[in-house]
Amino acid sequence: MSINTPNKQTSHLKREILVRLIRAYLGENYAEDVRLIPYNMRPQGSDVLFRCCIHKERAILRDRVIAGLGFDIEEVKDYELLSNLADKATTREKPEKNPLTLLQTACNECVPARIHVTDLCQGCVARPCESACKFGAIKVVDGKSKIDQSKCKSCGLCAQVCPFQAITKIIVPCENACPVGAIAKDEDGLTKIDFNKCISCGKCVSACPFGAVHKKSQIIDILKNIKSGKKVVAMLAPAIMGQLPCTPEQLKQAIMELGFTDVIEVAQGADITTKNESEEFKERVVDGKAPFMTTSCCAAYNELVDKHIPEIDKYRSTTKTPAYYAAEIVKKEHPDYLTVFFSPCVAKRTEASKNPNIDYVLSFEELGAWFVARNIQVAECKGSNFKTESSAQARNFAVTGGVAQAVNSLLDDKHKATPYVINGLDKASIRDLKKFAKNGKCELGNLIEVMACPGGCLGGSNTINSYKQATKQLGAYVEQSPEIKDII
Amino acid sequence: MAKVNVKVCLGTTCFVMGSSNLQELLDLVPKKYGDDVDVAGSPCLGLCSIDWEFSKAPYVKVNDEVIKEATVEKVLAAIDRELK
Repeated sequence: MSINTPNKQTSHLKREILVRLIRAYLGENYAEDVRLIPYNMRPQGSDVLFRCCIHKERAILRDRVIAGLGFDIEEVKDYELLSNLADKATTREKPEKNPLTLLQTACNECVPARIHVTDLCQGCVARPCESACKFGAIKVVDGKSKIDQSKCKSCGLCAQVCPFQAITKIIVPCENACPVGAIAKDEDGLTKIDFNKCISCGKCVSACPFGAVHKKSQIIDILKNIKSGKKVVAMLAPAIMGQLPCTPEQLKQAIMELGFTDVIEVAQGADITTKNESEEFKERVVDGKAPFMTTSCCAAYNELVDKHIPEIDKYRSTTKTPAYYAAEIVKKEHPDYLTVFFSPCVAKRTEASKNPNIDYVLSFEELGAWFVARNIQVAECKGSNFKTESSAQARNFAVTGGVAQAVNSLLDDKHKATPYVINGLDKASIRDLKKFAKNGKCELGNLIEVMACPGGCLGGSNTINSYKQATKQLGAYVEQSPEIKDII
Repeated sequence: MAKVNVKVCLGTTCFVMGSSNLQELLDLVPKKYGDDVDVAGSPCLGLCSIDWEFSKAPYVKVNDEVIKEATVEKVLAAIDRELK
């Protein structure tokens, strides 16, 4: 199973930088220590691990630090001192808008995606590649197949029929992973993200073997507010309960020790989402004429609808996300508190940027790095209970199928929904969604649950634990949680 | 022959820096070596807090050998060395 197994080496690097950045902030000489991060990670005379020389390694590390400071790497001038940028990061009022930034220095200038005939071609007599090609793009010349790139449409039929498997499709990992064509090389060979198309699903972050796509961290903003004495509340996405080797109560205590004023489960909001969404389903599909309804809690799916499939909007539930309700509860009670959503994915950053009640987003990776920086052993913390209990159904939102199950748990037997789960957004599932919207029907079910990540939020690109273990751990927590009917 | 003892550090630092991905060893090793090897997850082995050594996490101990930046492959190779 390849769910959320990010490249270990690149995520190790990214996490190491976050730890060093947090230690620098909490230490005596913040700006200078930030400036030294690339030099401390690649000290004079150290081995050159990945690139051509130590200078390029340090240059790339510098860019990664810039993303860690929350800036757009493409916009920062290359002559600007890292120490100045470190100071500038502490004066920012709001996090920057687009959640992702690209490291042009780390980007490998991958060969443009195309079909390529390798040396294994035997120039055989049968020549199935020639006859398979509908565009006349492949011909045997001088005993080898040659592709006329001006005619080739990259359909890959020739590769499929070659008896020697001599034809291969060269892919650019980020382009290939992006379900909406938002990331691509421009005419100068530089990779660019088109934020008018990007749904911030984070698939490119996981896909790039060079770790060249970074999220812009908000960690300095959060640290700064805690240091200045502001009251900051941690809102934990349900997926977090599968992430670290400790109990949910220990995790709460460990987060309190970082300086948060309170820690709540976003599952609390998921209970409200469940209630509203099941009522909405009854009204629209059971009692009304709607052929189907889609869920609305995945931030990347919501971006997808808004930017690429507006025609499905009328079938999408108008119920708000668990994060929305959880943040609303906090801000109603304490308008002066700041809220931080602890997130398994990049997409919630985009959702937060549009919701004035969610001030910041911290990824599970960043939380992990924070614990490392502070030497906090989560498994050794004593437990602290959550003030508000959440239901089993709400806590299970993080697993594929969990949202639909939750909605069904509040519908009576006669009117249960037939769920159809989109377990991970890709080009094929997006085509399906477009088809459902266009035809105004979905034969496969009347409640379409859409999860951008395979496996659900536990498969998000900013998670720490392996999918299998995380599912087990979260499952145990769900098991001991009360039924939703006993809560709402 | 004495059993080989494998401890996978599941302290917070090791876990965040990659031992989450080493948990498969807990299934894999008994399957591969049966009774010759004892494998278990361990609370923090204390190796990460020395200096800036967190950057070399995750750690695994195979008998007395400390494996830095451990991967499944490195650990299996170390077990094979011990069994030789």
